[in-house]
Amino acid sequence: MAKAKRSIPELYEAARGGERRALGRLLTLVERGGPDADAVSELAHADSDGAHIVGITGAPGAGKSTLVGQLVTDLVEAGAKPAVLAVDPSSPLTGGAILGDRIRMDDIAEHGPAPGTQRPSTFIRSMATRGHSGGLALAVPLAVRLFDACGYDPVIVETVGVGQVEVDVVGAADTAVVVMTPGMGDAVQANKAGLLEVADVFVINKADRPGANDVRRDLDLMLDLSHMTGQESEHGYRPPIVMASALKGEGNVEVWKTVEDHRAHLRATGQETIRRQNRIRTEVRARLAQAMSNAAEAAMDGEGAAQLHRAETAEISPNEATNELLRQLLRES
Amino acid sequence: MTDQPQLRVVLAKLGLDGHDRGIKVVARILRDAGMEVIYLGLRQTTASIVAAAEQEDADAIGLSMHNAGHMTLAPAMVAAIDEAELDTPVIVGGIVPEQDIQPLLDAGVAAVLGPGASAEEVAQTIRDAVANAD
Ligand SMILES: Nc1nc2c(ncn2[C@@H]2O[C@H](COP(=O)(O)OP(=O)(O)O)[C@@H](O)[C@H]2O)c(=O)[nH]1
Ligand SMILES: [Mg+2]
Repeated sequence: MAKAKRSIPELYEAARGGERRALGRLLTLVERGGPDADAVSELAHADSDGAHIVGITGAPGAGKSTLVGQLVTDLVEAGAKPAVLAVDPSSPLTGGAILGDRIRMDDIAEHGPAPGTQRPSTFIRSMATRGHSGGLALAVPLAVRLFDACGYDPVIVETVGVGQVEVDVVGAADTAVVVMTPGMGDAVQANKAGLLEVADVFVINKADRPGANDVRRDLDLMLDLSHMTGQESEHGYRPPIVMASALKGEGNVEVWKTVEDHRAHLRATGQETIRRQNRIRTEVRARLAQAMSNAAEAAMDGEGAAQLHRAETAEISPNEATNELLRQLLRES
Repeated sequence: MTDQPQLRVVLAKLGLDGHDRGIKVVARILRDAGMEVIYLGLRQTTASIVAAAEQEDADAIGLSMHNAGHMTLAPAMVAAIDEAELDTPVIVGGIVPEQDIQPLLDAGVAAVLGPGASAEEVAQTIRDAVANAD
């Protein structure tokens, strides 16, 4: 770099002071994982302050980004400082990605400076799922924590609701919003993808299109069913359904009001704490799984290579080799 | 996948011209070359591109130009990048007359790609521009 490379604590201080270039840089470190990401995590942990984390998911093209754009515009106008993490899939073939969420949030990328500052009061970051398994499960909570520590609230995470990890990521939010659209049996699809269980708020977007009421009816029916079978929350909460037409700027105010109502409900019933504890548990589990997997790889390349070779040459069984390697691993730690 | 950090490229069109066929082709070329493309599309301003480059921690900015405004717009982009204390290289693609190329490079544009550039050339030009900026 032409300019002096800054240390992680320097970048972090700058980011907390409102420098978006520094925050952008830190998010890259977080995304890459490893010791740098851990160092950022440690710093952010001390300063994170309980921002409202809102997950938004649904099929590709449902209008999630358009809706997020509207929500963020409203939030900025109301004096809030929202951040958006927009996750899109990487190509499994090349590892590349076209991240096209920003284009839908057009107006806000340059949305006027927050009162009394020179800087736009929002931050949008696009993130690709990348190939590595579980990478998203590690990077998203960290990025969210960093936004929180830098004073952003709410933090909105958009994912495509098709993969399990993506659904889990949204399910771990304080408030999970599932966006559906008329046509193509969306309610049934959402059910299959496991989205109905995680939803705290449903949005039927593109309500300007025919069939919106049919989706609403299907959805109501499914919620009735889960109510009867007792799957619905024990806290007397039934996810509300909000109709919206994000492209026309209709329904977004109602959507956000419903999201806030959900948060109030969480607080009133003590569930906010439970959700947060579950979120930490999920994060620790993901980190632990990653650490174990790294250790396993290292063991197969290093100390355990001899055992592995014995299995490869059929001298011992794969089972015996595994147990031997496991014993080595546990001895070392 | 390699251990090399994944390149992140902001792609945009500055100004008012309304053709996005070329830039969409480039987006796919870069994705297929393993890069992450942050696609901003049409009618961006230097300020909106700077905002995206900061927030996305872009390694490079690709500008698509077809409306003969490149002699003012591209240097304005480079100036805005400098002003924001970024060192993100700016690569211009599109229809740029031969005699304009050197002045653009002199103004700080990292590279100029003509409409005839192959997919491999496009990707390699971006990689080289990033390597040179480091
Ligand atoms: N008719 C209609 N189209 C919409 C609406 N909201 C978004 N769209 C369009 O749907 C397409 C996909 O929107 P996008 O926000 O990118 O969806 P995402 O993939 O879920 O993030 C775009 O062409 C939008 O303009 C809406 O309320 N009504
Ligand atoms: Mg989107």
